[in-house]
Amino acid sequence: MSVPPADRLPPSHPDHLDLGVALDGAGWHPAAWREESARPAELLTGAYWAGLARRADEAGVELLTIEDAFGLQTRQPFAPVDPQETREVRGRLDAVLLADWLAPLTRRIGLIPTVATTHTEPFHLSTAIATLDHASRGRAGLRAVASAKPHEAALVGRRVFPDIGPDEFASPAGQAAIAERFDEAADALEVIRRLWDSWQDDAVIRDAATGRYIDRDRLHYIDFEGRFFSVKGPSIVPRPPQGQPLVTVLAHQRIPYELAAREADIVYVTPHDEAQLRSITAEVRDAERAVGRTGEPLRVWADVLVLIEGTTDAARAALARLDELAGEPLTSDALVVADTAGRIAELIRAWQRAGVDGIRLRPARLPLDLDRIADELLPSLERAGLRTPRDGATLRARLGLPTARNRYEREEEVQAS
Amino acid sequence: MTGKPLKQIHLAAHFPGVNNTTVWNDPASGSQIDFDSFEHFARTAERGRFDYLFLAEGLRLREHRGRIHDLDVVGRPNTLAILAALAAITEHIGLVGTLSSTFNEPYELARQLQTLDLLSGGRAGWNVVTSSDAFTGANFRRGGFLDYADRYLRSGEFIDVAREVWDSWDSAALVADTSAGRFLADDALHRIDHHGPQFDVEGYGTLPRSPQGHPVIVQAGDSADGRDFAAAYAEVIFSRHSEFDAGRAFYEDVKSRLAAHGRGRDDLKILPAVTFVLGDSEEEARERSREIALQQVSPQTAIAFLEQVWGRELSAYDPDGPLPDVEPDLGGANITRGRVRHDRDPGAIAQSWRELAEAEGLSIRELVIRVSSRHSFVGTPQHVAEELNRYVQGDAADGFVIVGHLTPGGLDEFADTVIPELQERGVFRTDYPEGATLRELLGVRPPVPLPVAVPAAVLAEERV
Repeated sequence: MSVPPADRLPPSHPDHLDLGVALDGAGWHPAAWREESARPAELLTGAYWAGLARRADEAGVELLTIEDAFGLQTRQPFAPVDPQETREVRGRLDAVLLADWLAPLTRRIGLIPTVATTHTEPFHLSTAIATLDHASRGRAGLRAVASAKPHEAALVGRRVFPDIGPDEFASPAGQAAIAERFDEAADALEVIRRLWDSWQDDAVIRDAATGRYIDRDRLHYIDFEGRFFSVKGPSIVPRPPQGQPLVTVLAHQRIPYELAAREADIVYVTPHDEAQLRSITAEVRDAERAVGRTGEPLRVWADVLVLIEGTTDAARAALARLDELAGEPLTSDALVVADTAGRIAELIRAWQRAGVDGIRLRPARLPLDLDRIADELLPSLERAGLRTPRDGATLRARLGLPTARNRYEREEEVQAS
Repeated sequence: MTGKPLKQIHLAAHFPGVNNTTVWNDPASGSQIDFDSFEHFARTAERGRFDYLFLAEGLRLREHRGRIHDLDVVGRPNTLAILAALAAITEHIGLVGTLSSTFNEPYELARQLQTLDLLSGGRAGWNVVTSSDAFTGANFRRGGFLDYADRYLRSGEFIDVAREVWDSWDSAALVADTSAGRFLADDALHRIDHHGPQFDVEGYGTLPRSPQGHPVIVQAGDSADGRDFAAAYAEVIFSRHSEFDAGRAFYEDVKSRLAAHGRGRDDLKILPAVTFVLGDSEEEARERSREIALQQVSPQTAIAFLEQVWGRELSAYDPDGPLPDVEPDLGGANITRGRVRHDRDPGAIAQSWRELAEAEGLSIRELVIRVSSRHSFVGTPQHVAEELNRYVQGDAADGFVIVGHLTPGGLDEFADTVIPELQERGVFRTDYPEGATLRELLGVRPPVPLPVAVPAAVLAEERV
């Protein structure tokens, strides 16, 4: 049997750009919690997050992501935790449970918590995101993160990861250690996805005549065996409403591009200008070919860290004030733009023409820059004709992604033909 | 009555789950996975002023004769995930789930429970189970690695580490002083530094203490080791002793173990799991009980139930006929996997069932109903309330885990008719105290924060 045309929907709306917001604490500037509008004492409360999520939901943003890590924040990615560092925001709620908490409090927005694929059991991750999809009625996804951080491995205490300083990062040994964590992440995502498919949608039959609650021929062992772990299956959770919740990955180099090409629906990338955007997109497409991706092409979203004021000068002054409070200029993997909503809309429009499918905005200050995204940036984008939002019952539908077919049903069809 | 003050009853509501108590072929039976079902159930339990709602867990689908067991409800949500979603739509009720100390790591589970505790304003609880079975382990990285004898060692050390995580931030750690630029107080974070036979955990927690200090610990063990473990660690025992006399003996045994651990008799609540069937009259309730039992034990379920004890296939036997004349196959003990097993001698069980069936003229199906699906409390709401109260005032229990048979409406009738009867008797709350934590609802003392100067390992030794 040939692949049905449903797998090949037309590309996403050419005049439509999807938008996400990346939420973390008081925002992405390390000094943002000291802003007058910030609510630093509430960052670890549900009420604060409910406010942010509802704001983004009502504004019409397609999805929100929730930053998280297995361990406490550090100033440098691979540095140990410094308990004497009291000047920056520390502490996070578990992102998956926070997303669950937000599910009944929001209506349309996609909920994408960050998950640690290195230390968390793939079985638990799969059932947790499937349950988030049930609780949100089809709005769940995840952002997968691999961790090579020694201080996070010590919280489990079963493996010792080598120290990777700035010098070791680019070395062959450092790159090999990182590659191993991404290989493990790829296996975890494969297990997570197979478990989502391990129940067919019609598995629950409630057949009183034979006394059977399920048709067990519609449940499948996944029998995954890899270098890092083996998982038998099936899942304990019936197939989620989306079939396959959204898998997303933030990537900066070839190894994670290939991970995204193998397992993700969306890759977040961090170009600093249009030329970089084009070269990164080309490399992502190359990675897709290298890993033999078939079906729906990987969606490429660009991350931009934004601070929005009424004038360019005011925005720059606000950024300078925050930098002064922090004691150093803001550095980020993503492009930092402190400007008016109109100017940021122009940048986004240019990037959309250069080929991005979506933009993930990282607000410098929360809730302030989220309010400005809702009140100023989205109307600007709409005026520019970049926002003709699709309706859809699920996040996949809203993003124009095809219905996720079940791999085990496909296998049955192939065997039958 | 003596002048002794009336004990207040504590009630938990068990979401109907993966077992044959849950009837799925009734027209009123709804989805076991849609969020609407959980929302309905949680709202009913909160309307009924229950102490907490409870979700069980099983991390591998049960198998019978080498295939996935298909006669009962199959499938359930991830426990923590659904509790976190329910936290958002409830205000007062405790949220308790079974979570494995075998197939989780302590730092991570402690952080997840602390997140649930903070999101819910101090309403989280954890039913600690420790399994040693390789069957479930096939779904996890580390497989089935635990010796049966080590399971309480593991869960004890697991809880010790979790407590270090929960205490790793001082109560006043978060200052958020914007003018001074200090988010955290000085010296407010304490390094988790645990090294023991089961775990080596080092690092820092990511969250402040919850309003109730630590989540409430629930435990269900019944052996002597299990009872000692509960006396040392637990704040609630989820007991299986639902008969009055057995309940009293268990109650006295467990409560008497508390003093050795420096704990008061009120610091551990004993809640047996009980079922109920209500009616406008005693006769009507008995008739409904009979009908429900027939739904719970289908002909196919009756045979499968027997096969668990006989250890062999019995599908050729008529469920409405007499018990099998063949003897149990003692080598077939693994015919059912992924569920709590009968731990007694199958030959002796089969013999006693045969005698019972013969004496009362029971068919296979009637026998299975008789031994597996007897409802704990059957009668009018007044009668059931009186009985519940008699158990509690008579020290056979501190309260109950109420197990309904229908999703999601199985608790509605109880909340609407039995709860008011208990309230009228002055033995059950008529409203929640504003802002109460689960510990406060249960009347169990909050943990004392670990003093900074004393290493946690020393305290753990003192506790044992």
